[in-house]
Amino acid sequence: MRNNKTSVHEPLFHVVKRDTIPLWKSMLIRVIAVAASLLVCSLLSMVLIKANPIEFLETLVDATFGSERRLWKFSKDAAVLLCIALAITPAFKMKFWNIGAEGQVLIGALASVACAFYLGKSMPNWALLIVMFVAAVISGAIWGGIPAIFKAKWGTNETLFTLMMNYAASGIVAFFLVKWTPSGSSVLGELKVGHLPEIVHPYLLIILAVIAITLFVFIYQSFTKHGYELSVVGESENTARYIGINVKKVIIRTMLLSGAICGIAGFLIVAGLDHSITETTVGGRGFTAIMVSWLAKFNPLVMILTAAFVTFLNQGASQISTFFNIDSSFPSMVVGIVLFFIIGCEFFINYKVKFRSTSKKEVK
Amino acid sequence: MKKIFALLMAAVLTAGMLFSCGEKKEEVTVADDDFKLGVILLHDEASTYDLNFIEAVNRAAEALGLTEAQVIMRKNIPEGNECYEAAADLVDLGCDVIFADSFGHEDYMIKAAKEFKDVEFCHATGTKAHTENLPNFHNAFASIYEGRYLAGVAAGMKLNEMMAADETIVPKMGYVGAFTYAEVMSGYTSFYLGAKSVCPAVTMEVQFTGSWYDENEEKNAAIALMNNGCVLISQHADSMGAPSACEERNVPNVSYNGSTVAACPNTFIVSSKIDWTPYVKLICESKMNNVAIPADWTGTIETGSVVLTDVNTKAAAAGTVEKVAEVRAKLISGETKVYDTATEGFITVGGEALTSYMADVDTDAEFKGDTEVVKDGYFHESEYRSAPYFDVQIDGITLLNAKY
Repeated sequence: MRNNKTSVHEPLFHVVKRDTIPLWKSMLIRVIAVAASLLVCSLLSMVLIKANPIEFLETLVDATFGSERRLWKFSKDAAVLLCIALAITPAFKMKFWNIGAEGQVLIGALASVACAFYLGKSMPNWALLIVMFVAAVISGAIWGGIPAIFKAKWGTNETLFTLMMNYAASGIVAFFLVKWTPSGSSVLGELKVGHLPEIVHPYLLIILAVIAITLFVFIYQSFTKHGYELSVVGESENTARYIGINVKKVIIRTMLLSGAICGIAGFLIVAGLDHSITETTVGGRGFTAIMVSWLAKFNPLVMILTAAFVTFLNQGASQISTFFNIDSSFPSMVVGIVLFFIIGCEFFINYKVKFRSTSKKEVK
Repeated sequence: MKKIFALLMAAVLTAGMLFSCGEKKEEVTVADDDFKLGVILLHDEASTYDLNFIEAVNRAAEALGLTEAQVIMRKNIPEGNECYEAAADLVDLGCDVIFADSFGHEDYMIKAAKEFKDVEFCHATGTKAHTENLPNFHNAFASIYEGRYLAGVAAGMKLNEMMAADETIVPKMGYVGAFTYAEVMSGYTSFYLGAKSVCPAVTMEVQFTGSWYDENEEKNAAIALMNNGCVLISQHADSMGAPSACEERNVPNVSYNGSTVAACPNTFIVSSKIDWTPYVKLICESKMNNVAIPADWTGTIETGSVVLTDVNTKAAAAGTVEKVAEVRAKLISGETKVYDTATEGFITVGGEALTSYMADVDTDAEFKGDTEVVKDGYFHESEYRSAPYFDVQIDGITLLNAKY
């Protein structure tokens, strides 16, 4: 039997975990992924909508950089998305899957509108803005805090709970819209009071506010005891308990913060932009923010880039639908393809693929 | 019969067009190359409401000879600041006329109109143009209550036929509405009155859903009405919920926003809808010829804005086509009024004749009646502003849930 030669079957390729990879190399992989995804998209556009790929890319870029107005809109949209992403980040870092940002922002917006609606005539604008802000922060915190308390005390599933709270929030908004519009139209229209002051440009204040929030969340997560505690709870609750961290307290505290920042986002949307509310005021940004936060690996500074990138894609895709007069499922495909490539490339950053060497090894 | 109806329609439409052309001083212009139309839509083709606008814009563009590059459509624009942003961006792209299709777009269109004075902003279904007094902001609607009245005539004929076939049938209709909003109330009342004009014993129950588009709720509302003994259903909401529930239970249905005959071949009778093509043509031509656009425009049967689909003879009662054509001619001539308060017992409120009503025509924060609209023997709907303001609860119609 000793003389028998057995050839070991080796697969065509196998996957090996990488130790570490230099930053430039990982960034290069990401850039390649984005470029490849855009290439696929433009090829697809050539086949499906008979568009010239160069024209396609031009349109995509033009949607953001085509005019000063578009650049402002882009910066503002990215800022609002970033604000919501920042809000959910501490919770996600704690592995508390808060998918209720949509509702937390909406309830903050509703609180702001309610203040402007009822108190608008009885106080000066600056005082009204403060009241609106405080109301938004408190209501957002309550909306985020309720599922946290249930999770901390009774171990309920936060994913389902926060999701349900979204529907509750939009139901409450629908109720108030009916109440506030005696004509029965359920369209509130633009409120004349409670507008944020205009500094240089109507959107500048929003952008500055979000930059401040970014720095705050960055410092909170990286340089404070709270930030340390929540990351330990996220890594291992048992470890946290062992070293004397009050896990329940950390969960509730972090979600109050998360909800409060969502409330601020709601306030910014109402006081700075819409001056009104509908059930779709947040428009899915509460969910898009999850992706923005994940893509940045919960790093608030990197999140500036990911929020900008996602906004760039959305704006470009909607422009493509307008420019080429196609229905809006094509832009969704574009966004989907690009994100698929980006998430896919993370795999190649963490693992490498080894192919079978050409000479077959023999084992005696 | 279909052919006769189609011919009649064609004849009346041509007559109407000739008439309106005769009035105009300038002939239809060839589109100039610089002209651009911008369109802001709440949703996209998937919504029957927005599809109706998209098709109208395409038809108007074709009629005016506008190229693809001259019509820019922005879809999925929410009723918030995004509407203003979209409008401003369309101005940057060189649009001369910008048209928005959803009620909630209005305030943001006004905001844009104040900023960009050289561009015309036209808004469908809105109520504020006649009080804002901006030279470049305009509202439009259509006297869709006339279309609903005609659809109601078809429904009444069907009820008569059903009662003749089976004496036990009680002529009770069901109506699925979105909100207790004047547009809906005006719609179901005119539908009811159309039916009553041919079937005097008819009553109606209305169930509201609290949403403009909720397929499930609309289906449930229709089923609830049928369980309540309603033998014919109509609706004012944008989904297929009510028509498909009717098809399942083989209950006749009068539809809205376009024909549902493909999905409901056995129960679909007829549908009324607003055709926005004449208005889109009007605003483009006015701008090209430097003619002022009316501040508040009401499309009618005569302008081709209020139309009925073909009658489905499989479900409709015999003679429906002829009867509808007859009533249609009377509506055009003014012989028949939809909200006829002069005929005794036709419109009553709490048993009393309706002799006076103050409607909330001016849209202010008061939500109070400000204009007398009942005179000369009828309720003057869509005359003091294009958007409906008929919100009287008349006898014969029961609201099952008025909470919305």
